[in-house]
Amino acid sequence: MSQIDASLRNIHTAIVSKEVKPSELVEDVLQRIESTEPDIHAFLQVAGEQARERAQHLDANIGDAAKLGILFGIPAALKDNMCTKGVRTTAGSKILGNYIPPYNAAVVDKLAQSGTVIVGKLNMDEFAMGSSNENSAFFPTRNPWNPEYVPGGSSGGSAAAVAAGEIPFALGSDTGGSIRQPAAFCGVVGLKPTYGLVSRFGLISYASSLDQIGPITRTVEDAAVVLQAIAGHDDRDSTSANVAIPVYLDVLTGNVKGLRVAVPKEYFGEGMDPAVSEKVREAIQQLEKLGATVDEVSLPHTKYAVAAYYLLAPAEASSNLARYDGVRYGVRVDSENLIDMYKQTRSQGFGTEVKRRIMLGTYALSSGYYDAYYLRAQKTRTLIKRDFEQVFETYDVILAPTAPTTAFKIGEKVNDPLTMYLNDICTIPVNLAGIPAISVPCGVVNGLPVGLQIIGKAFDEATVLRVAHAFEQNTDHVKRRSNMGKGE
Amino acid sequence: MTISIQDVEHVANLARLTFTDEEKEQFADTLSKILHYADQLQELDVADVEPTSHVLHITNVVRKDEARPWLSNEEALANAPEEEDGQFRVPAVMEG
Repeated sequence: MSQIDASLRNIHTAIVSKEVKPSELVEDVLQRIESTEPDIHAFLQVAGEQARERAQHLDANIGDAAKLGILFGIPAALKDNMCTKGVRTTAGSKILGNYIPPYNAAVVDKLAQSGTVIVGKLNMDEFAMGSSNENSAFFPTRNPWNPEYVPGGSSGGSAAAVAAGEIPFALGSDTGGSIRQPAAFCGVVGLKPTYGLVSRFGLISYASSLDQIGPITRTVEDAAVVLQAIAGHDDRDSTSANVAIPVYLDVLTGNVKGLRVAVPKEYFGEGMDPAVSEKVREAIQQLEKLGATVDEVSLPHTKYAVAAYYLLAPAEASSNLARYDGVRYGVRVDSENLIDMYKQTRSQGFGTEVKRRIMLGTYALSSGYYDAYYLRAQKTRTLIKRDFEQVFETYDVILAPTAPTTAFKIGEKVNDPLTMYLNDICTIPVNLAGIPAISVPCGVVNGLPVGLQIIGKAFDEATVLRVAHAFEQNTDHVKRRSNMGKGE
Repeated sequence: MTISIQDVEHVANLARLTFTDEEKEQFADTLSKILHYADQLQELDVADVEPTSHVLHITNVVRKDEARPWLSNEEALANAPEEEDGQFRVPAVMEG
């Protein structure tokens, strides 16, 4: 087994005890990427030279490892919607095919300060709009458990790269489930933090009131380590929360005795694959055996979440994506006059799903339809948020499936956007309410993994991580890896 | 709600997009289906519900009005499709 297949803490121990050097880890990762990529297609870009240079610098300063913490010298990769200074950043879109950011996203600076070595940028649905990675303008990523299947989306490259053992951890972003759903589909851990916990500065915007960056890892402990490194206030993001950050590793006690768990009946109804529901039910029983008390509850507005989301997120996107006009960066399609240049650039630069959401959002915001669609969706958002608040008056966490099905086949839903949207039914309400949730593996159905979703109160990542860790440590699911992700 | 070809053309113009006739038909069809699905929100009574634009209880976040170092002119123009004299160059805004 290579060191890169170990937990972040164990890799760290190996670095501190000088068993392995950061530069050796980078070589191992680059080699693994080279051998695995032809089957997975998770990376849009591998920045090998920059990673080698950085690792050599860390080799020479190995004395800092104990001081800088667990991530020192550990290779990682980022979803390609996080700006990396000097390294091409496309958001999975042709319109940004030539974009070299002049600055780093806040999370990139934070990881750099902790000594992480960024080795590349990961594939995604264009501008994070999609649930399968098939909307990447470049190529679809494949699921390491079965290459005929999608890895989920929009952080599909991040989840697939971690699941395939290409990289110890990755960052993704989650607007309607884009960290948790691919984590579930690829059998890894994915955490969407509370809105505002992680700075969005330098994250290419999709829907600004919903977007949040978080870790995709092999274990819950690794997720806690990465969250610790990227969480915190940043005055360059006006929606960054100024809250005290606990030491997440300290809360991983394995103890859930007396924990009050709510199970919303709406997440086990129509549209749910019974085999998925069964695995999630088994997981809930497992936590009950560990001492949690479980009650069924109702989140009555759940069924309206997808409709509200697919008005609100496209509305915000239609405004955010107005900046891609061929003037300051990105691709320009030349034309004689300015308006025509905008139209040609945008029409040739954006893919179908992005255009669909821009159209939908522009319509929902347009004169005569604003009240009926956009404002009504915002009010529905309030009702969904209140549903959660009421349950959290009595309960510590909510347990649910992460997705209604396991991964679907590549091409299966690509021509039916509404069916694709409905795959986000279990994850979208959490974004609308702005609260944290994690997906952890809880079983395998027909050779494809199932995710258990643990939803918590705003800024209570500690409890979410504690429950996820207790579940993981008392079951064998974490040990089940895709054949590709078993390491050497 | 049913979206017509004229609706598609109107919204496309607002969004600065252009479509072929075939694309217009496709968008009219899929947007109609999605908006039809969204019509279920009409059954909710939201008369006394405040809208949520944002989940955090923070408003009017401003920093001190002080200059800070940011991108140089050269860096800001490094990705420009076309530049001239340290500025972004665009096609004619006005006719003639």
